[in-house]
Amino acid sequence: MKNIDLEKRFQEKIDQEIRIEPRDWMPEKYRKTLIRQISQHAHSEVVGMLPEGNWITRAPSLRRKVALLAKVQDEAGHGLYLYSACETLGVKREDLVNDLLAGKAKYSSIFNYPTLTWADIGAIGWLVDGAAIMNQVPLCRTSYGPYARAMVRICKEESFHQRQGYEILLTLVRGSAEQKEMAQDALNRWWWPSLMMFGPSDKDSVHTAESMKWKIKRFSNDELRQKFIDMTVPQAEFLGLTVPDPDLKFNEETGHYDFGEIDWAEFWQVVKGYGQCNEERLEARNKAHDNGAWVREAADAYARKQEKRERQMSA
Amino acid sequence: MKLYEVFIRSKAGLHHKHAGSLHASDPQMAIQNARDVYCRRNEGVSIWVVESEHITASNPEDQEALFDPAEDKIYRHPTFYDVPDGVKHL
Repeated sequence: MKNIDLEKRFQEKIDQEIRIEPRDWMPEKYRKTLIRQISQHAHSEVVGMLPEGNWITRAPSLRRKVALLAKVQDEAGHGLYLYSACETLGVKREDLVNDLLAGKAKYSSIFNYPTLTWADIGAIGWLVDGAAIMNQVPLCRTSYGPYARAMVRICKEESFHQRQGYEILLTLVRGSAEQKEMAQDALNRWWWPSLMMFGPSDKDSVHTAESMKWKIKRFSNDELRQKFIDMTVPQAEFLGLTVPDPDLKFNEETGHYDFGEIDWAEFWQVVKGYGQCNEERLEARNKAHDNGAWVREAADAYARKQEKRERQMSA
Repeated sequence: MKLYEVFIRSKAGLHHKHAGSLHASDPQMAIQNARDVYCRRNEGVSIWVVESEHITASNPEDQEALFDPAEDKIYRHPTFYDVPDGVKHL
Protein backbone atom coordinates (compact mmCIF):
# COMPACT_ATOMS: atom_id res chain seq x y z
CA MET A 1 0.00 0.00 0.00
CA LYS A 2 1.20 3.51 -0.79
CA ASN A 3 2.22 5.79 2.08
CA ILE A 4 -0.54 8.24 1.28
CA ASP A 5 -3.22 5.53 1.64
CA LEU A 6 -1.64 4.24 4.83
CA GLU A 7 -1.67 7.74 6.24
CA LYS A 8 -5.31 8.19 5.32
CA ARG A 9 -6.24 4.92 6.96
CA PHE A 10 -4.20 5.86 10.03
CA GLN A 11 -6.05 9.17 10.39
CA GLU A 12 -9.40 7.40 9.97
CA LYS A 13 -8.54 5.10 12.84
CA ILE A 14 -7.60 8.07 14.99
CA ASP A 15 -10.83 9.86 14.09
CA GLN A 16 -12.83 6.76 15.01
CA GLU A 17 -11.09 6.64 18.41
CA ILE A 18 -9.36 3.37 17.57
CA ARG A 19 -6.12 3.18 19.54
CA ILE A 20 -2.80 2.75 17.76
CA GLU A 21 -0.75 -0.20 19.00
CA PRO A 22 3.02 -0.77 18.73
CA ARG A 23 3.09 -2.93 15.58
CA ASP A 24 0.49 -0.90 13.67
CA TRP A 25 1.62 1.31 10.81
CA MET A 26 2.12 4.93 11.89
CA PRO A 27 3.61 8.03 10.26
CA GLU A 28 7.26 8.50 11.15
CA LYS A 29 6.46 11.93 12.57
CA TYR A 30 3.81 10.44 14.88
CA ARG A 31 6.38 7.95 16.17
CA LYS A 32 8.98 10.70 16.67
CA THR A 33 6.54 13.02 18.42
CA LEU A 34 5.54 10.25 20.79
CA ILE A 35 9.11 9.25 21.52
CA ARG A 36 9.93 12.86 22.34
CA GLN A 37 6.86 13.40 24.50
CA ILE A 38 6.90 10.08 26.37
CA SER A 39 10.64 10.16 27.03
CA GLN A 40 10.46 13.75 28.31
CA HIS A 41 7.61 12.65 30.52
CA ALA A 42 9.65 9.68 31.81
CA HIS A 43 12.69 11.88 32.48
CA SER A 44 10.45 14.31 34.39
CA GLU A 45 9.28 11.54 36.69
CA VAL A 46 12.84 10.47 37.36
CA VAL A 47 14.30 13.96 37.90
CA GLY A 48 11.16 14.83 39.87
CA MET A 49 12.32 12.51 42.63
CA LEU A 50 15.25 14.81 43.41
CA PRO A 51 13.61 17.96 44.84
CA GLU A 52 11.39 15.87 47.10
CA GLY A 53 14.02 13.31 48.00
CA ASN A 54 15.84 16.29 49.51
CA TRP A 55 13.32 16.31 52.39
CA ILE A 56 12.78 12.60 53.14
CA THR A 57 15.29 12.49 55.98
CA ARG A 58 13.93 15.73 57.42
CA ALA A 59 10.20 15.00 57.24
CA PRO A 60 8.62 16.32 60.45
CA SER A 61 6.86 13.09 61.46
CA LEU A 62 6.75 9.39 60.62
CA ARG A 63 3.35 9.89 58.94
CA ARG A 64 4.85 12.51 56.63
CA LYS A 65 7.95 10.43 56.03
CA VAL A 66 6.14 7.26 54.90
CA ALA A 67 3.89 9.34 52.65
CA LEU A 68 6.83 11.15 51.05
CA LEU A 69 8.78 7.91 50.61
CA ALA A 70 5.78 6.28 48.96
CA LYS A 71 5.32 9.28 46.70
CA VAL A 72 8.94 9.36 45.58
CA GLN A 73 8.83 5.59 45.01
CA ASP A 74 5.75 6.12 42.85
CA GLU A 75 7.62 8.67 40.73
CA ALA A 76 10.33 6.09 40.09
CA GLY A 77 7.64 3.61 39.08
CA HIS A 78 5.99 6.15 36.80
CA GLY A 79 9.30 6.79 35.09
CA LEU A 80 9.61 3.05 34.46
CA TYR A 81 6.07 2.68 33.05
CA LEU A 82 6.81 5.50 30.66
CA TYR A 83 10.22 4.23 29.56
CA SER A 84 8.52 0.89 28.83
CA ALA A 85 5.80 2.61 26.80
CA CYS A 86 8.46 4.53 24.90
CA GLU A 87 10.43 1.38 24.14
CA THR A 88 7.42 -0.07 22.30
CA LEU A 89 8.13 2.59 19.65
CA GLY A 90 11.46 0.98 18.85
CA VAL A 91 13.91 3.03 20.90
CA LYS A 92 16.37 1.61 23.40
CA ARG A 93 15.91 2.64 27.02
CA GLU A 94 19.65 2.92 27.40
CA ASP A 95 19.75 5.57 24.67
CA LEU A 96 16.98 7.57 26.31
CA VAL A 97 18.70 7.47 29.69
CA ASN A 98 22.04 8.40 28.14
CA ASP A 99 20.44 11.41 26.45
CA LEU A 100 19.14 12.56 29.80
CA LEU A 101 22.50 12.07 31.50
CA ALA A 102 24.33 13.91 28.71
CA GLY A 103 21.96 16.89 29.09
CA LYS A 104 20.57 16.35 25.58
CA ALA A 105 17.02 15.50 26.68
CA LYS A 106 14.43 17.80 28.19
CA TYR A 107 12.36 17.24 31.30
CA SER A 108 9.77 19.38 33.04
CA SER A 109 11.33 22.69 34.04
CA ILE A 110 9.50 22.73 37.35
CA PHE A 111 12.10 20.37 38.79
CA ASN A 112 14.82 22.93 38.27
CA TYR A 113 13.49 24.97 41.18
CA PRO A 114 14.87 24.30 44.68
CA THR A 115 12.92 22.95 47.68
CA LEU A 116 13.99 25.39 50.38
CA THR A 117 11.57 24.57 53.19
CA TRP A 118 9.26 21.76 54.29
CA ALA A 119 6.31 23.81 53.00
CA ASP A 120 7.72 23.32 49.49
CA ILE A 121 6.89 19.62 49.78
CA GLY A 122 3.29 20.62 50.45
CA ALA A 123 3.28 23.06 47.54
CA ILE A 124 4.78 20.50 45.16
CA GLY A 125 2.17 17.87 46.03
CA TRP A 126 -0.69 20.32 45.79
CA LEU A 127 0.37 22.45 42.80
CA VAL A 128 2.94 20.48 40.82
CA ASP A 129 1.14 17.16 41.08
CA GLY A 130 -2.14 19.01 40.65
CA ALA A 131 -0.92 20.50 37.37
CA ALA A 132 0.53 17.14 36.32
CA ILE A 133 -2.82 15.43 36.95
CA MET A 134 -4.61 18.10 34.92
CA ASN A 135 -2.22 17.35 32.05
CA GLN A 136 -2.33 13.59 32.49
CA VAL A 137 -6.02 12.83 32.86
CA PRO A 138 -6.72 13.62 29.17
CA LEU A 139 -3.64 11.58 28.26
CA CYS A 140 -5.44 8.47 29.57
CA ARG A 141 -7.35 8.72 26.26
CA THR A 142 -4.36 9.56 24.10
CA SER A 143 -4.29 7.76 20.75
CA TYR A 144 -1.25 5.56 21.41
CA GLY A 145 -2.32 2.50 23.43
CA PRO A 146 0.78 1.84 25.58
CA TYR A 147 1.04 5.53 26.55
CA ALA A 148 -2.66 5.70 27.44
CA ARG A 149 -2.42 2.56 29.57
CA ALA A 150 0.62 3.88 31.43
CA MET A 151 -1.25 7.12 32.10
CA VAL A 152 -4.26 5.30 33.57
CA ARG A 153 -2.01 3.62 36.07
CA ILE A 154 -0.16 6.85 36.84
CA CYS A 155 -3.30 8.91 37.36
CA LYS A 156 -4.72 6.33 39.75
CA GLU A 157 -1.59 6.48 41.85
CA GLU A 158 -1.12 10.21 41.72
CA SER A 159 -4.32 11.33 43.39
CA PHE A 160 -2.83 10.69 46.82
CA HIS A 161 0.18 12.81 45.93
CA GLN A 162 -1.93 15.91 45.55
CA ARG A 163 -3.93 15.29 48.72
CA GLN A 164 -0.90 14.70 50.91
CA GLY A 165 0.54 18.00 49.65
CA TYR A 166 -2.62 19.89 50.46
CA GLU A 167 -2.74 18.28 53.89
CA ILE A 168 0.82 19.43 54.61
CA LEU A 169 -0.12 23.04 53.79
CA LEU A 170 -3.38 22.80 55.72
CA THR A 171 -1.45 21.71 58.78
CA LEU A 172 1.03 24.57 58.36
CA VAL A 173 -1.60 27.30 57.93
CA ARG A 174 -3.32 26.08 61.10
CA GLY A 175 -0.01 26.25 62.99
CA SER A 176 2.06 29.17 64.25
CA ALA A 177 2.43 32.49 62.44
CA GLU A 178 5.85 31.39 61.18
CA GLN A 179 4.40 28.17 59.80
CA LYS A 180 1.67 30.04 57.97
CA GLU A 181 4.24 32.39 56.57
CA MET A 182 6.28 29.43 55.41
CA ALA A 183 3.23 28.10 53.54
CA GLN A 184 2.61 31.50 51.93
CA ASP A 185 6.25 31.75 50.89
CA ALA A 186 6.05 28.31 49.24
CA LEU A 187 2.92 29.33 47.31
CA ASN A 188 4.66 32.56 46.25
CA ARG A 189 7.58 30.63 44.78
CA TRP A 190 5.69 27.68 43.24
CA TRP A 191 2.60 29.37 41.78
CA TRP A 192 4.06 30.78 38.58
CA PRO A 193 6.37 27.86 37.78
CA SER A 194 3.32 25.56 38.20
CA LEU A 195 1.38 27.59 35.63
CA MET A 196 4.36 27.28 33.28
CA MET A 197 4.11 23.48 33.51
CA PHE A 198 1.34 23.60 30.91
CA GLY A 199 3.89 24.76 28.38
CA PRO A 200 4.04 27.84 26.16
CA SER A 201 0.93 29.75 25.24
CA ASP A 202 -1.06 28.18 22.35
CA LYS A 203 0.12 30.82 19.89
CA ASP A 204 3.76 29.87 20.59
CA SER A 205 3.30 26.12 20.91
CA VAL A 206 4.86 24.51 17.86
CA HIS A 207 3.58 20.98 18.36
CA THR A 208 -0.02 21.60 19.38
CA ALA A 209 -1.89 21.54 16.04
CA GLU A 210 -0.42 18.27 14.83
CA SER A 211 -0.66 16.61 18.24
CA MET A 212 -4.34 17.55 18.41
CA LYS A 213 -4.98 16.14 14.93
CA TRP A 214 -3.38 12.86 16.00
CA LYS A 215 -5.20 12.98 19.34
CA ILE A 216 -1.96 12.68 21.24
CA LYS A 217 -3.16 15.86 22.93
CA ARG A 218 -6.83 16.58 23.50
CA PHE A 219 -6.73 20.02 25.08
CA SER A 220 -4.43 22.94 24.34
CA ASN A 221 -1.90 24.27 26.86
CA ASP A 222 -3.95 27.38 27.54
CA GLU A 223 -7.19 25.45 28.07
CA LEU A 224 -5.57 23.20 30.65
CA ARG A 225 -3.84 26.11 32.37
CA GLN A 226 -7.18 27.92 32.73
CA LYS A 227 -8.83 24.80 34.11
CA PHE A 228 -6.04 24.42 36.65
CA ILE A 229 -6.33 28.02 37.81
CA ASP A 230 -10.12 27.78 38.12
CA MET A 231 -9.75 24.65 40.21
CA THR A 232 -6.86 25.80 42.38
CA VAL A 233 -7.72 29.37 43.38
CA PRO A 234 -10.66 28.33 45.64
CA GLN A 235 -8.37 25.74 47.27
CA ALA A 236 -5.85 28.51 48.03
CA GLU A 237 -8.65 30.61 49.49
CA PHE A 238 -9.65 27.75 51.77
CA LEU A 239 -6.07 27.65 53.04
CA GLY A 240 -6.27 31.38 53.70
CA LEU A 241 -3.28 31.96 51.42
CA THR A 242 -2.89 34.67 48.79
CA VAL A 243 -2.13 33.71 45.21
CA PRO A 244 0.81 35.91 44.16
CA ASP A 245 -0.93 37.50 41.18
CA PRO A 246 -2.38 41.02 41.61
CA ASP A 247 -4.30 40.64 38.34
CA LEU A 248 -6.08 37.46 39.41
CA LYS A 249 -9.82 38.11 39.42
CA PHE A 250 -12.95 36.05 38.84
CA ASN A 251 -14.65 37.09 35.63
CA GLU A 252 -18.45 36.81 36.06
CA GLU A 253 -18.98 36.94 32.30
CA THR A 254 -16.68 34.10 31.29
CA GLY A 255 -17.06 32.13 34.51
CA HIS A 256 -13.26 31.84 34.67
CA TYR A 257 -10.46 33.58 36.53
CA ASP A 258 -8.56 36.25 34.62
CA PHE A 259 -4.88 36.15 35.48
CA GLY A 260 -1.69 38.14 34.98
CA GLU A 261 0.98 37.75 32.32
CA ILE A 262 3.30 34.77 32.75
CA ASP A 263 7.02 35.59 32.70
CA TRP A 264 7.84 33.68 29.52
CA ALA A 265 11.41 34.96 29.54
CA GLU A 266 11.92 33.02 32.78
CA PHE A 267 10.23 29.98 31.27
CA TRP A 268 12.56 29.86 28.24
CA GLN A 269 15.55 30.60 30.44
CA VAL A 270 14.89 27.47 32.53
CA VAL A 271 14.02 25.35 29.47
CA LYS A 272 17.35 26.31 27.93
CA GLY A 273 19.20 25.08 30.99
CA TYR A 274 19.77 28.23 33.00
CA GLY A 275 17.34 27.57 35.86
CA GLN A 276 18.42 27.55 39.49
CA CYS A 277 19.03 23.81 39.69
CA ASN A 278 19.54 22.50 36.14
CA GLU A 279 23.20 21.67 36.73
CA GLU A 280 22.63 20.23 40.17
CA ARG A 281 19.87 17.90 38.91
CA LEU A 282 21.98 16.53 36.09
CA GLU A 283 24.94 16.07 38.40
CA ALA A 284 22.77 14.16 40.87
CA ARG A 285 21.38 11.89 38.13
CA ASN A 286 24.85 11.19 36.74
CA LYS A 287 26.21 10.45 40.19
CA ALA A 288 23.36 8.04 40.94
CA HIS A 289 23.83 6.33 37.57
CA ASP A 290 27.60 5.97 38.02
CA ASN A 291 27.32 4.79 41.61
CA GLY A 292 24.81 2.17 40.53
CA ALA A 293 27.03 0.78 37.77
CA TRP A 294 28.45 -2.01 39.95
CA VAL A 295 24.91 -3.22 40.76
CA ARG A 296 24.04 -3.54 37.08
CA GLU A 297 27.34 -5.28 36.37
CA ALA A 298 26.92 -7.67 39.30
CA ALA A 299 23.35 -8.53 38.24
CA ASP A 300 24.52 -9.32 34.72
CA ALA A 301 27.46 -11.39 35.97
CA TYR A 302 25.09 -13.34 38.24
CA ALA A 303 22.68 -13.97 35.37
CA ARG A 304 25.51 -15.25 33.18
CA LYS A 305 26.70 -17.55 35.97
CA GLN A 306 23.20 -18.94 36.49
CA GLU A 307 22.78 -19.57 32.77
CA LYS A 308 26.11 -21.37 32.59
CA ARG A 309 25.22 -23.50 35.60
CA GLU A 310 21.89 -24.45 34.04
CA ARG A 311 23.60 -25.43 30.81
CA GLN A 312 26.05 -27.64 32.72
CA MET A 313 23.23 -29.28 34.68
CA SER A 314 21.27 -30.13 31.52
CA ALA A 315 24.37 -31.32 29.65
CA MET B 1 19.55 -6.40 30.85
CA LYS B 2 16.71 -8.13 29.05
CA LEU B 3 13.20 -6.95 28.38
CA TYR B 4 10.48 -8.92 30.18
CA GLU B 5 6.71 -8.78 29.85
CA VAL B 6 4.81 -8.91 33.12
CA PHE B 7 1.46 -10.60 33.71
CA ILE B 8 -0.41 -10.21 36.99
CA ARG B 9 -3.27 -12.16 38.52
CA SER B 10 -5.14 -9.55 40.52
CA LYS B 11 -6.98 -12.08 42.67
CA ALA B 12 -7.53 -15.82 42.85
CA GLY B 13 -10.03 -16.90 40.24
CA LEU B 14 -9.04 -14.34 37.61
CA HIS B 15 -6.72 -14.62 34.62
CA HIS B 16 -3.22 -13.24 34.60
CA LYS B 17 -3.37 -10.01 32.64
CA HIS B 18 -0.60 -8.12 30.87
CA ALA B 19 0.56 -5.28 33.12
CA GLY B 20 3.54 -3.89 31.23
CA SER B 21 7.21 -4.59 30.76
CA LEU B 22 10.46 -4.05 32.57
CA HIS B 23 14.19 -4.69 32.42
CA ALA B 24 15.96 -7.36 34.46
CA SER B 25 19.05 -9.51 34.15
CA ASP B 26 17.34 -12.79 35.05
CA PRO B 27 13.80 -14.12 35.68
CA GLN B 28 14.10 -13.91 39.47
CA MET B 29 15.07 -10.27 39.27
CA ALA B 30 12.21 -9.71 36.85
CA ILE B 31 9.75 -11.06 39.45
CA GLN B 32 11.28 -8.84 42.14
CA ASN B 33 11.13 -5.78 39.90
CA ALA B 34 7.57 -6.61 38.85
CA ARG B 35 6.58 -6.67 42.51
CA ASP B 36 8.11 -3.21 43.02
CA VAL B 37 6.95 -1.67 39.75
CA TYR B 38 3.49 -3.13 39.23
CA CYS B 39 2.27 -4.29 42.68
CA ARG B 40 2.76 -1.42 45.11
CA ARG B 41 -0.94 -1.29 46.02
CA ASN B 42 -2.18 -4.88 46.33
CA GLU B 43 -2.62 -5.23 42.57
CA GLY B 44 -1.69 -8.87 42.53
CA VAL B 45 -1.52 -12.30 44.11
CA SER B 46 0.59 -13.91 41.41
CA ILE B 47 3.14 -12.74 38.82
CA TRP B 48 4.27 -14.26 35.52
CA VAL B 49 7.26 -12.88 33.67
CA VAL B 50 8.44 -13.89 30.22
CA GLU B 51 11.26 -12.58 28.09
CA SER B 52 9.67 -10.37 25.46
CA GLU B 53 11.62 -12.02 22.65
CA HIS B 54 9.88 -15.33 23.42
CA ILE B 55 6.47 -13.92 22.54
CA THR B 56 5.23 -14.55 19.02
CA ALA B 57 2.63 -12.00 18.03
CA SER B 58 0.20 -11.90 15.14
CA ASN B 59 0.96 -9.38 12.45
CA PRO B 60 -1.40 -6.36 12.30
CA GLU B 61 -1.42 -6.78 8.51
CA ASP B 62 -3.02 -10.20 8.95
CA GLN B 63 -5.84 -8.73 10.96
CA GLU B 64 -8.48 -9.12 8.25
CA ALA B 65 -7.51 -12.66 7.36
CA LEU B 66 -7.45 -13.72 10.98
CA PHE B 67 -10.45 -11.99 12.43
CA ASP B 68 -12.88 -11.05 9.68
CA PRO B 69 -14.18 -14.60 9.16
CA ALA B 70 -15.85 -14.41 12.60
CA GLU B 71 -17.69 -11.23 11.71
CA ASP B 72 -20.51 -12.65 9.59
CA LYS B 73 -21.15 -15.69 11.74
CA ILE B 74 -23.85 -14.19 13.84
CA TYR B 75 -25.43 -17.63 14.21
CA ARG B 76 -22.74 -18.33 16.80
CA HIS B 77 -24.53 -15.98 19.18
CA PRO B 78 -27.71 -16.82 21.11
CA THR B 79 -29.46 -13.63 20.00
CA PHE B 80 -29.54 -15.02 16.41
CA TYR B 81 -32.30 -17.49 17.33
CA ASP B 82 -35.99 -16.71 17.66
CA VAL B 83 -37.67 -17.56 20.90
CA PRO B 84 -41.43 -16.93 21.08
CA ASP B 85 -42.77 -14.75 23.89
CA GLY B 86 -43.79 -16.83 26.83
CA VAL B 87 -41.10 -19.47 26.50
CA LYS B 88 -39.00 -19.29 29.62
CA HIS B 89 -35.57 -20.44 30.76
CA LEU B 90 -34.11 -20.53 27.25
